Amino acid sequence: MSIGRRLSLHIPEPPARPGDEPDFSGLKIPLAGTQARPAVDAPARDLRDYADGLIRVLDDHDRAVGDWTPDLDAEALRSGLRAMMLTRVFDDRMLRVQRQGKTSFYMKSTGEEAVAVAQAYALDDNDMLFPSYRQQGLLVARGHSLVDMMCQIFNNTRDRLKGRQLPIMYSVREKGFFSISGNLGTQYPQAVGWAMASAMKGDTRIAASWVGEGTTAEPDFHHALTFASVYQAPVILNVVNNQYAISAFQGIAGGERATFADRAIGYGVPGLRVDGNDFLAVYAVTRWAAERARSNHGPTLIELFTYRADAHSTSDDPSAYRPQSESARWPLGDPIERLKRHLIGIGEWSVDQHTQLAAELDAQVRADLKEAESYGTLSTPPDSPRSMFDDVFKEMPPHLIKQRQEMGY
Amino acid sequence: MATMNMIQAINSALDVMLGRDDDVVIFGEDVGYFGGVFRCTAGLQKKYGKTRVFDTPIAEGGILGTAIGMGVYGLRPVAEIQFADYIYPAFDQLVSEAARLRYRSGGEFWAPITVRAPCGGGIFGGQTHSQSPEGVFTHVCGLKTVMPSNPYDAKGLLIAAIEDDDPVMFFEPKRIYNGPFDGHHDKPLVPWSKHPQGEVPEGYYRIDLGKAAIARPGNDVTLLAYGTMVHVCLAAVEEAGVDGEVIDLRSLLPIDIDTIVESVKKTGRCVIVHEATRTSGFGAELSALVQEHCFYHLEAPIQRVTGWDTPYPHVFEWEYFPGPQRVTRAITAVMEG
Repeated sequence: MSIGRRLSLHIPEPPARPGDEPDFSGLKIPLAGTQARPAVDAPARDLRDYADGLIRVLDDHDRAVGDWTPDLDAEALRSGLRAMMLTRVFDDRMLRVQRQGKTSFYMKSTGEEAVAVAQAYALDDNDMLFPSYRQQGLLVARGHSLVDMMCQIFNNTRDRLKGRQLPIMYSVREKGFFSISGNLGTQYPQAVGWAMASAMKGDTRIAASWVGEGTTAEPDFHHALTFASVYQAPVILNVVNNQYAISAFQGIAGGERATFADRAIGYGVPGLRVDGNDFLAVYAVTRWAAERARSNHGPTLIELFTYRADAHSTSDDPSAYRPQSESARWPLGDPIERLKRHLIGIGEWSVDQHTQLAAELDAQVRADLKEAESYGTLSTPPDSPRSMFDDVFKEMPPHLIKQRQEMGY
Repeated sequence: MATMNMIQAINSALDVMLGRDDDVVIFGEDVGYFGGVFRCTAGLQKKYGKTRVFDTPIAEGGILGTAIGMGVYGLRPVAEIQFADYIYPAFDQLVSEAARLRYRSGGEFWAPITVRAPCGGGIFGGQTHSQSPEGVFTHVCGLKTVMPSNPYDAKGLLIAAIEDDDPVMFFEPKRIYNGPFDGHHDKPLVPWSKHPQGEVPEGYYRIDLGKAAIARPGNDVTLLAYGTMVHVCLAAVEEAGVDGEVIDLRSLLPIDIDTIVESVKKTGRCVIVHEATRTSGFGAELSALVQEHCFYHLEAPIQRVTGWDTPYPHVFEWEYFPGPQRVTRAITAVMEG
């Protein structure tokens, strides 16, 4: 046996580590406006190029170009900009609150605001959302109370989840926002099941779900795609490829040799890859998938190509595994800045207006925070420990009543 | 009344619920057109249509993941796992999702799913067609776990499980699908048509979850069992020549602690019998409960007769299966103790 013929195991490595120059030279970034918008009833087999491309609307000069340019008026764009800015202000404030020791944990969505906000805008308000933990922008875009979100983060007396859940694991039924679970990917087949139910009942509502690129390695990703394809469920399955799953770059999730949108092809599902920092492109692609689902043409997988600009969570330090300047060098830029410059470019926004809005949102979040804090911070439980035994079952069985009594309630 | 075996009783329960509630849907591997590998769903797709009763891909995690989503929408899904031995790929969806959804969402969301799974041995099913994983699920807070021992109960309990707003694990001992089995494998099978509990009402009725049944009243010793083992215990009591009280738990969680305690306080002796492996099996919980509630009434140590702590073997079926001889020995031991 010759040494030259010995096997060797391939362990993917990111292009740059701490101390290295960020290296995005491997990314293929096509010009904006170069891809056509297909018919919503196009067969999946005709859409294969979209899995390897990158749908972009805003060009290098922040002009909206090409077939995918959505029919959104300036008011809608300003509203989207506002929701993205509010999401970022909220995130920044909550990070500070965590550092002050007022909550145990937080996760920001910095750099990914266009994903949640533009997608919420592209869906109907009564479509059902099965999010992961980094789509807080969905709640912001649907106009949910920030005070309510903060109270959950504080596990305080106004926490609608009664102090049972880790901060940010929101559940907001009235906004069609499904209960977030710590177990990655479980919501994906659940969204498909919800969509199947909607189709079974002859409803008009569709479902959407989100996972990160890291979670695509979980078996529930495969289950969701298989069931969505088999039953042609009216569902949008989103993969937010923000390049990192905690410390593991997307190559560890299987991204070295194929895009995450490519996965859809094998299931017979259209896989569309979109510039996730381009509000207009994200909106347009989601709108396309929603129309497709709503007209009984089945599911779509959307890969939202973006960058996790901040730490994974407040328990994470990204400088331990990637160059510190990498975020600033991300070639697709910042979603808020890009939409801002676009609006200014078309004469529908100004630097002064932007500065003023930023100050307003900051004041609003501070006021909301003050209100939320009035209900307590860091585990000021909403009820006596007696409530710990509620909702395990619809009716409390005898053994739980006994345990509650044993605790003194 | 009609004469039904357990398969027909289960089929009848599903038929009744499909007819009563438009939100009931049934799905799993081979349950649709073909009617199930055990025929439990035979004829239902034809009667109710493909969107009510349908086949799924071979993916237990997908079956229960989509079931939860349908439950969240407002349907009442009844999902079948072809063998209880194959439920583990869906374990995450059951434990992390179905069981906790109501709790973690503060009561905002829930999934009223029923998971049917044929279980148990005595059929030369080898390692992956014989398991009794009920104890794995009774350990999960938020799930209810049920196992019937006869056609009448199977129908009434399944209807109650489908109507229940909590997730219910419904285990069906496949050894007794066609007739009661007391462990005497050398004797011919007696069909359910020769058994009083093979008489089953054709329409709607329910047996509330959380209520045990006394399969045989007695004064000398209490036998706690469920599923196939109820019949093994009945035979063993006769063979031991003691006045044993056989309690068919029916519902493991919630458990009918009152019936158990009342019986053991009366008899002062307790034998626990299940097919599942011993260590950390449901019998351990039963033993602890009896010890906690009946300590001063006990006249002998509690005995457990269970499957051995090994994977279920193929060729040693009857050395593994806890038959009447082993139960009789335990009864003798507890009577002498």
